[in-house]
Amino acid sequence: MGGFIAPVLNYSILAPIILVLAGALVGVLIEAFAAREKRASLQLGITLITLAAATVAVFSIKGKEVADAAGGSVTYDGAGFLIQLVILLIAIVATLLLADEKNFTAVASALPGSKEEIEASAAGLRVTEVYPLFLFSVSGMLLFPVSSDLITLFVALEMLSLPLYLMTGLSRRRRLMSQEAALKYFLLGAFASAFFLFGAAFLYGSSASITLGGIRQAVVGGTGNNVFLLIGIVFLSAGLLFKVGAVPFHAWTPDVYQGAPTPITAFMAAATKIAAFGAMLRIFYVSLANAEWSWRPIIMVIAIATMALGSFVAIAQRDVKRMLAYSSIAHAGFLLSGVYALSGTGLSATIFYLATYGLTTVGAFAIVTLIRDANGEVTDLNRWAGLAKRSPLVATLFATYLLGFAGIPLTAGFIGKFSIFSAAYEAGGKAIVIAGVLSSAVAAFFYIRVIVLMFFKDAVEDGTTVVIPTALTRSVVLISGVATILFGVLPQPLINFINTYASFIR
Amino acid sequence: MSFLTVMELLPLLGAALIATTGKGKDELVKKMALATTLVVAIAGVLLTLSFDRNNAGLQFVEKREWIPAFGINYAVGIDGIALVLILMSVILAPVVVLAGWNEAQGGRWSVKTFYVLILVLETMMIGVFAATDVFLFYVFFEAMLVPVYFLIGGYGTGKRSQAAVKFLLYSLLGGLLMLASIIGLYVIAGSQVGRTFDIGALSTLQISSSTQNWLFLGFFIAFAIKAPLWPFHTWLPDAADSATPGTSVLLLGVLDKVGTFGMIRYCLTLFPEATKTFTPVILVLAVISIIYGAFLAIGQKDIKRLIAFTSISHFGFITLGIFAMTSQGHSGATLYMFNHGFSTAALFLVAGWMAARRGSSTISDFGGLQRVTPVMAWTFFIAGMSSLALPGLSSFVSEFLVLVGTYTRYPVAAIIATFGIVLAALYILIPVQKALHGPTTSGNENLPDLNLREKIAIAPVIALIVALGFFPSPLLNIINPAAQATISALGFSDPTPTVGGK
Repeated sequence: MGGFIAPVLNYSILAPIILVLAGALVGVLIEAFAAREKRASLQLGITLITLAAATVAVFSIKGKEVADAAGGSVTYDGAGFLIQLVILLIAIVATLLLADEKNFTAVASALPGSKEEIEASAAGLRVTEVYPLFLFSVSGMLLFPVSSDLITLFVALEMLSLPLYLMTGLSRRRRLMSQEAALKYFLLGAFASAFFLFGAAFLYGSSASITLGGIRQAVVGGTGNNVFLLIGIVFLSAGLLFKVGAVPFHAWTPDVYQGAPTPITAFMAAATKIAAFGAMLRIFYVSLANAEWSWRPIIMVIAIATMALGSFVAIAQRDVKRMLAYSSIAHAGFLLSGVYALSGTGLSATIFYLATYGLTTVGAFAIVTLIRDANGEVTDLNRWAGLAKRSPLVATLFATYLLGFAGIPLTAGFIGKFSIFSAAYEAGGKAIVIAGVLSSAVAAFFYIRVIVLMFFKDAVEDGTTVVIPTALTRSVVLISGVATILFGVLPQPLINFINTYASFIR
Repeated sequence: MSFLTVMELLPLLGAALIATTGKGKDELVKKMALATTLVVAIAGVLLTLSFDRNNAGLQFVEKREWIPAFGINYAVGIDGIALVLILMSVILAPVVVLAGWNEAQGGRWSVKTFYVLILVLETMMIGVFAATDVFLFYVFFEAMLVPVYFLIGGYGTGKRSQAAVKFLLYSLLGGLLMLASIIGLYVIAGSQVGRTFDIGALSTLQISSSTQNWLFLGFFIAFAIKAPLWPFHTWLPDAADSATPGTSVLLLGVLDKVGTFGMIRYCLTLFPEATKTFTPVILVLAVISIIYGAFLAIGQKDIKRLIAFTSISHFGFITLGIFAMTSQGHSGATLYMFNHGFSTAALFLVAGWMAARRGSSTISDFGGLQRVTPVMAWTFFIAGMSSLALPGLSSFVSEFLVLVGTYTRYPVAAIIATFGIVLAALYILIPVQKALHGPTTSGNENLPDLNLREKIAIAPVIALIVALGFFPSPLLNIINPAAQATISALGFSDPTPTVGGK
């Protein structure tokens, strides 16, 4: 080996990631130097400006295809562009939710219930570190789907995960639960990362390459060791499936979704899924496409198990955040049918599904932040009874999201389901399609039950109220609502846009 | 723009206007809803008059791109069968609005919301019969569940929310199975004629028989739930019992017809081979529905549930007619759908008025209404006679055609089904005797008879029942070419010289 060779960085391609990282660092500096009372608004401004700048940067490089943006570690192509764009849009919407100060603890370091915490709360303090943490996580998510070697993938995975673990523990109410969730998420996440590394090592052992392109060549050439390849795929997939919450790596999802501050849950549920599916699509479609004999049967079984378990267990939930968590597990199953499809239509369908599902999800959790009593959010579903009487608009919006999740025609969820299932059917996955429609029927049951609760049950006077949303939250729920309906009625422009760019370079 | 599209947009326009009215203008809202539905009904009559009855193909065709990426079009067009069903729907709508003038009052939400839902539903009822693109049909088929769900759950009585949920879940399950089949068709079309949902193009596909069987089942189960056919019927009595009378009329009269219409338009046209494979099974289900529905109707204590079960029996007849694969059977089934819409509407509306006056819908609570409320009693009687297919009333013609059409090909099924007529006499005459005849029982002495509004609402229905009993030919002239075309497209010809339904 010679001396260290500095990689040639293609800065224009890396600009979105670098911008977000820079924004995060500025956020850290603000935490260190700005006056306490100015931090919140400064951070919000910096975060929004950063994300907007990154979005502009992403648009400025749309349509470019660069195989070696950072010495072979980053590959930029149409699919990368779309995934990054969707992540940024979701992040911007989620930022608007973060700005609601009632959701985060006053001081993260104080013991729950301690005098210090009470004083800090009384003084009106709040953690503003959440913004830079958020941006760090976003930067990891932007890198994850465009990483083209296993090491970068792992680094990106950790970049997006570590801040999420922290943010999970920052809830203002029910702090013990929040911290427990954070610890669970961290421990299980650490295991998943270990699996991922283990799998990466075997893939390297099989193909003697850590780049996705190199692995692809080994697979195509048939030079690699198939046993190592199979072990590598299984463990690498385990790490990825953990992130999207697929069975049997789903157990963390409900606890973490419930414990985390709701804006973080919203962000996590939408954006993590998008980033992880982006990476998964790249790995399976680029590196392992020719080894489909080894992973497609597994993905099919996991997809079916995931949609079935998510849908059935959701029925038993009494907490709205846990219900949405299981619903997100079911949706991970539906999304896996797009991975299974292994085709251009599958790729487009998955991206469409991710984008629309992400927007609807953020809206649904935004609504959760609005239903409160004196002790904070009310997530017990029984207390959502009669919501339509209290606030018809909020109930109607939430019902719209639920109908979107259920995939009723004229919502974006239906177009997403239709396109992803037809891609899977085309690829020979009839079993997935049948399991998918049956799970959808089961899932419809619990979505509709919530609608029944909100519209057909009488409200109990127990202090549950619908708070008047701030302008920021209001824009979130409206954006989600409009997207859910618009992309259901007139999806063609979005489909065209996705079809124009959705492709991987190999 | 096709006249059909105009008819779809009119109710939406009315709904939009209603939505802009201020609070507390209930009377205005009702009048606007009535005016809108009347305009649509007139449009429906004009549509019928300008329909070319000698043309068996689709008319009033319109096709626009909707989601070209998937080959989805907004495509509408009607043949005689669809025309008759649209005509029935748009005539029933103003009847329902006028008959149920006050039924939105006891609801969970405002009167305004009720009529917005009704009008949105009317748009979808027209769309679902007019669609010639399978995807568009599916969208209407599923989306129309949402207004009905809120109509039952928000404005019904009794266990309305459970009934609404049961209705929705059953329908969604069927709809999702159909979606799987639609996806299958779409993928097969993609490999043969390009991505399309056009029903004409889809009917030319070459599909292997095992695939055809699966795809057929997806569609058929959805329609059998909708129609409903035994054993998929259990949602119907609950829904019909809990919904307001007007909603029930639309549910039994129109929405359920989407099931039988779907069998003709989709099951038969798209999967001719699978249709032949499953015909014996379906005939058995149809005959069971006829007999089972009738027996359960006889046993009902509640007048609304009774009518719901009679409908299950009637839908058995319609399905029998469809799968008999003769032109009389098809003409009869289509005419049956039309007639059933009106006879059930009359029964249900009168039953609703009886229940509203008495505060109960249990049959044994009534007695001797003939003396107290003669007009109401006579109306119920005529509607009941139509339901049991008394000669001279409209249902007789259609039931006769169905039985004749079935007998020529499946005599055993026809003979068993004939017992359904005998049972029909029982399930109608028992409540007629208990509720209308005999001495007036206590609690019924002071019931008011139908008022002017109610008389105006029910008059056209009764008039149609009587008129079509004597002169069914105007409708049959419209239906026959389409029925003939469907049968010959399937490769069937009538086994005996046609008896003719004219």
